[in-house]
Amino acid sequence: MTGLIIDNISMRFDLPDGGHVQALKNVSIDLKAGELLSVLGPSGCGKTTLLNIVAGFLAPTDGKMILNGHEIKGPDAERGMVFQQGALFEWMSVRENVGFGPSMKGMPKNDKAEVVNHLLDVVGLQDFKEKAVYELSGGMQQRVALARCLANDPDVILMDEPLGALDALTREKMQSLVLKLWKETGKTIILITHSVEEALLLGERLIVMAPRPGRIHKEYRLPFAELGVNADLREVKKHPEFGPRREEILNMIWDMEEEIMGTKEDAA
Amino acid sequence: MTGLFFLIIYVSIFVVSAFVVTRLLQRGIHDYTSLKTVTFGDESAVRPNRAAGIISILTIFVMWGIFTGSNLLPSFLHAPGPFVGTTSFTYTAQVEGQAPDDATVTVVVHPRGEEPELDEVAGGDGFAKDDTIAIAQWRTGLINVQGNDEISKKDGARVVAIDGQKIAPGQTVQTANGSVTLSDKGTPNFAPTKGWQMEPLYLPAPEGVWSRTLQILDEGFRNFTLWEHLGYSLFRVVVGFLFGAIVGIPLGYAMGLSNWFRGWFDPIVEFMRPVPPLALIPLVIIWAGIGEIGKIILLFLAALWIMAIAARAGVSGVNISKVHAAYSLGASKWQIMRYVIVPNSLPEIFTGARVAMGVCWGTVVAAELVAAEQGAGMMIMTASKFQLTDIVIMGIILIGIIGFGIDMLMRYAERFLVPWKGKG
Repeated sequence: MTGLIIDNISMRFDLPDGGHVQALKNVSIDLKAGELLSVLGPSGCGKTTLLNIVAGFLAPTDGKMILNGHEIKGPDAERGMVFQQGALFEWMSVRENVGFGPSMKGMPKNDKAEVVNHLLDVVGLQDFKEKAVYELSGGMQQRVALARCLANDPDVILMDEPLGALDALTREKMQSLVLKLWKETGKTIILITHSVEEALLLGERLIVMAPRPGRIHKEYRLPFAELGVNADLREVKKHPEFGPRREEILNMIWDMEEEIMGTKEDAA
Repeated sequence: MTGLFFLIIYVSIFVVSAFVVTRLLQRGIHDYTSLKTVTFGDESAVRPNRAAGIISILTIFVMWGIFTGSNLLPSFLHAPGPFVGTTSFTYTAQVEGQAPDDATVTVVVHPRGEEPELDEVAGGDGFAKDDTIAIAQWRTGLINVQGNDEISKKDGARVVAIDGQKIAPGQTVQTANGSVTLSDKGTPNFAPTKGWQMEPLYLPAPEGVWSRTLQILDEGFRNFTLWEHLGYSLFRVVVGFLFGAIVGIPLGYAMGLSNWFRGWFDPIVEFMRPVPPLALIPLVIIWAGIGEIGKIILLFLAALWIMAIAARAGVSGVNISKVHAAYSLGASKWQIMRYVIVPNSLPEIFTGARVAMGVCWGTVVAAELVAAEQGAGMMIMTASKFQLTDIVIMGIILIGIIGFGIDMLMRYAERFLVPWKGKG
């Protein structure tokens, strides 16, 4: 029984003033091994909370998660995470960053060097091996983060807006890289993003979440990720279905945002 | 007056050198960056002018030389010095029933510490007799002019004029090379012209400080060599700081990692942090005396809170993503401590160490000023009691150099050991 089952997760945060926020309510997702899921939604819909729960950084108030037949309890190397930025260890070189996971496991030196070298080749950073991570550009840093995550050979990769801080061009290149890695490694990936386009391009499955309380609003199955593997993503965007889908989802999120602003104005 | 001239000379050197260097030699910057200085908060737009720095330091020494009559400068650059040599003035004594009579007072103004031999003076005619007196530079002298007169104060004689100008008790008359003030009791007090130069008692010439430095290097001061004095101060700082760091850093880590530790020590640390270490000197002396133990306890206390707060900030300042990343890469709690929290806190700890070393250096000098057998602070305090201003100035310069050296050393170590500082 492989795959990730997110079963009826709810999350409630208590506020200091005695009130509480329902960040997630009855969220269920059934993810098969090797699926690529992108999660989209307006700010405050609980996307990041959901990811942190799956990663094991937060314990849900209700519900449970099952990965490959066992229940998730706390963080583990089987679920790797790629952050937006600032999660690399700047006191380590690129090589040491990528080799962090294997080091923690106590992998023999030679094996580790092999893994690290292979991954640096995959993300194209072999020449920057001994550089400090703060000497690299933002895009390169995210490639290091990807390689570091892959070095541990996790079953699931969780990506929290990994390309959010990059410029448009670098972003496009990185999207291709994510697709390539997904196909080559066959990992299960959950990717959170703000960008509708990115969610469409990178989501074999796409979930749109709604806020207050955070819940699943709509789910799609999309062909674009499969099309985009080893292809020009700009070509994929010309697919007849791409434009209408984008408009549809944009409108959906736009309405939600407006609703939020509206309630805020009512409150004020 | 002297102060005003000092200021005028200093400001004119500033303005003239600024004009010469920036307008004539470096010809200014005329691209857009020259406008950047108007952008508030853009610190990078203003960079120190190297030439200005060099001229500034030279100016300090030149001004020092000008106003102390230093041998290092050609004498035409010297500010007018105090009068030295022989001068004289006349006084007119009057007594009722007699014609006023004049007599001459010869004043020999000599450098301090060189007592001249005075010539015998011929008495002169009339009842007022001539006088002679020796006065040291920068000093004044009361002249008992009537002491040798035939008709003196006891007989009702009074001094009524100096150099032919009328004078009454409390008034002053300018004479050649000085001025005469009549005291309340009618005795003339001669003050030779002081000039604009500083008296060595207040500010010795640079070469005086230098030769005194060589002398102290050679002979030592108060049973200890110069190196021993400075070495003792440094030793106290280093030992006090090390103890402070050894206790403070783990304390800070504990406060950054455990709620209980944080709650327990926060009030203590937050209370002790604003207490200046100098305020602890009396208590430390009462408890531990003026020996090494007391000094080291004081410096330990000075460094402790700074290091604890720095370590606490280093631990609390870790980006939670880094900890999460390490967890999801399979690191255990201890591995996260060792490979994430500790390296992440090192830059903060280094900053704290730099601050602590600076505070310790200041505190040790102050503690030695109060009471010590040896040390840089003790040296200048003792020297000041004996009016050895040159040693005081030498000591201040050496204390400054060492303090600056400590800071540079810490900065260098920081760049070398934690190159990732500020790069997160």
